[in-house]
Amino acid sequence: MISREEYFSKRDPSAFPFWQKATVGIAGAGGLGSNIAFSLARAGIGTLIIADYDIVTLENLNRQQYTIAQIGKLKVEALAENIQSFNPFINLVLHPVKITPANFNAIFGTTDLLLEALDEAEQKEMLISCWTSNYPNKHLIVASGLAGYGKNESIHTEHYGFLHLVGDMKSELNAEISPVATRVAVVANMQANLALELLSETKGM
Amino acid sequence: MTDKSVFFVNGNKLPWKEGLVVADALKMTNYTFKMLVIKMNGELIKRENWQTTPIPENADIKVIHLISGG
Repeated sequence: MISREEYFSKRDPSAFPFWQKATVGIAGAGGLGSNIAFSLARAGIGTLIIADYDIVTLENLNRQQYTIAQIGKLKVEALAENIQSFNPFINLVLHPVKITPANFNAIFGTTDLLLEALDEAEQKEMLISCWTSNYPNKHLIVASGLAGYGKNESIHTEHYGFLHLVGDMKSELNAEISPVATRVAVVANMQANLALELLSETKGM
Repeated sequence: MTDKSVFFVNGNKLPWKEGLVVADALKMTNYTFKMLVIKMNGELIKRENWQTTPIPENADIKVIHLISGG
């Protein structure tokens, strides 16, 4: 049995305590969300609230953190299983539902910071609208533009007060071609990386 | 309108006049993306208010494109 102390050894004392007490929301558990969740769980975020109504399919395996044996399972449950296999000390709150303006507060009301990891631009806009009108002084990190591969230089972050965007801000998805693992994971990890930075800066959150 | 009456969209200076609403800023800049978020002077302007929210002189408007993929 590994102890909590052993598991969380060699962590940065100036940031890790803030990550441990943070509650972070992830809207979506696909290419972005599963990668964000993996990294934040490894970094030592105390509580993750993850919402996604979808199930794992074969087409997801090219970029999402699931296995062949998990095809057909709810993504949030498969993700929790995978996270707990490397970090048994995290608190996971799972919502296998579609996020709407009606259930938004019930799902994310207790989060310190939210990461957007949804597919459709329409959903992204809905999420920004809900979050910004309910929690104007809490950070929201949105992904925009991650199609294709390569072009490292084009991926960047833009800040608009408490709203942050990560991506190349221009590459549109072709409906017939799925996103590629590397570029989705880069954007996801830039979102997660910014979340860790914001959580360590806003001491007392 | 005096020479000084302007407002800004993503850093670009545009001529300001009385009666402009947020939707006009999109027309003036030819933004055609379907999914947009608009912030004016730091405040999010909801889509249903684009036609009715006046643009104040010297307003700083940010138009943010949202692109599918996740």
